[in-house]
Order: sequence, then structure tokens, then C-alpha cells
Amino acid sequence: MAINEIIVPLTGGVLIGAGSLLAMCASGKIPGISGIVAKIIRPKVGDVNWRVIFIIGMILGAGVTFYFSPRFADAFELPGGRNVTAIAIAGLLVGFGTRMGGGCTSGHGVCGMGAGARDAFIYTVIFMIAGALTVLLWNLVRTGGAL
Amino acid sequence: MKKVAIIIGGILFGSGLAISGMTNPGKVIGFLDIFGNWDPALAFVMGGALAVYGLGLLVIRRTRPSLQLPDTTADPVSKRMAIGSAIFGIGWGLGGFCPGPAIANLATLRYEVIWFVPMMLIGMFLAQRIFRLDT
Repeated sequence: MAINEIIVPLTGGVLIGAGSLLAMCASGKIPGISGIVAKIIRPKVGDVNWRVIFIIGMILGAGVTFYFSPRFADAFELPGGRNVTAIAIAGLLVGFGTRMGGGCTSGHGVCGMGAGARDAFIYTVIFMIAGALTVLLWNLVRTGGAL
Repeated sequence: MKKVAIIIGGILFGSGLAISGMTNPGKVIGFLDIFGNWDPALAFVMGGALAVYGLGLLVIRRTRPSLQLPDTTADPVSKRMAIGSAIFGIGWGLGGFCPGPAIANLATLRYEVIWFVPMMLIGMFLAQRIFRLDT
């Protein structure tokens, strides 16, 4: 494994952690993305603006990075013959599951686990195992059983 | 001031997603492909994010005890949330997107996220309705 394959993702992770920490201190809320978004689509008075501002910042941050380092945007790939139907179903499951599950990769995986919450750790393990099994199943079906 | 901190937080978060490879579903699926051709790179993303957030939280709690922080005491694991997390994981493995990277990818206007994000919002809305999460 080349050193860049560690440094680059680690740098990204540090930025994700720092951004989450800053948003948590400034908002007084747990800045998990699924929760932030869900409470924009079903808003409560006085608890909307910071969520919208954070999401705009997030799109801006990604956009600026893609613009100045096109290699990050060009790296985009959708492997294993995943088509629009798969993506649309995935979107529905991710939206439904993150709300039913009370959090996503950032809410449970970073903020919850970062705060040492046992339940967040368990939910993170569950969605990672479910994700790994889904990829395994997809690959098995695609290749007719050969890995 | 608060709003400035939040937009900077968002920018850091979004640039982190783009740099880390999280906005590339191929990278995410490679990370989840632990039974096949596993790509461990995204473990470093989680490691970096957890280290900064976890250590930062400890430092802030010690140095700024007056700052109002969210309650992060763990609740008992609930069946509903465990099943929900499994459903999320299935969607994550199917599409390679979790919520943050999907939305961050709107910056590129790729057709994949033009499909994914509205469907995700519908899914969220349905779960909020069914489980009455709008309290």
C-alpha cells in the first residue's frame, strides 16, 4: 500500500472530524448528515437555518475541492454494473434506513462513536456488516457465484 | 459568528468527503467488499475523523465546561434502530452512497446523485411518518 493511499484518506478523515466538531460546538446539536437533512424536510421553528448553512457549506467544500483537484472528481466510478434502478432503490433504502436507524455514517460512525456511545458503535457495526454482505451478494449474483 | 463557524464546518466536512474518496461510490464499495477485493483505504478516513472528533470533544469538555454540547450518553440499543441501520447498510452496499457524500456530489450534478438524493429524501420522509419521528 503506497503511503499516499494512507495519507490522502487520513487527511480527508481529519477534515471530516474537524468539520463535525466545529458544527457540533456552534450548533449544540449532533451534526449527523441524515439528521441534519431530515430536519430540513420536516422543519422545526428556530432549528433550520444552521442545518441549511451546513449543507450549503458541505456542497461548496466538495465543489471547490473537485474544481481545484479534478482528480478527486474524475475518480468517480460506479462498479459492478450498478444502474439507475439500483441507485434509486439504494437512495430509498438509505433515506428510510438512516431515519429508522437514527443516524448514518457521520451521526453514528463519527459523532456517536467519537463520543464513546456504545449504541452508536453497535449501529455502525450493523450497517457495515449489512453493507459488506450486500456487496458480496451483488458480486455473487453478477458473476454467477465466482468471486 | 455562529453561522460563520457552521459554514466553515460544512466546507471542511465537504472537502474532507471529496479528498477522502467517500464521494466515489467505487471506493466505498471496494471498502465494503471485505469478502472479495478489499480496499481498506476508507478505514483511515474513519480513523482520522474519529481521532479528531473524539479527542476534540474531550479537550472541549475540559477547557470549555460552560459550552452547551449535545447529549451523547448512549441509549439502550433498540430493535427499530438496529433494523433501520441494517436497511441503511443494504442501501449503502447497493449504491455506494451514504447521505453526506451523495449530497456533496450534487456539486458535480452527476445523474447518479440526481436520482439518489430525491429518493433518499422520500425514504427519510416515509420513515419519519411511519415511526413518528417528527418530535
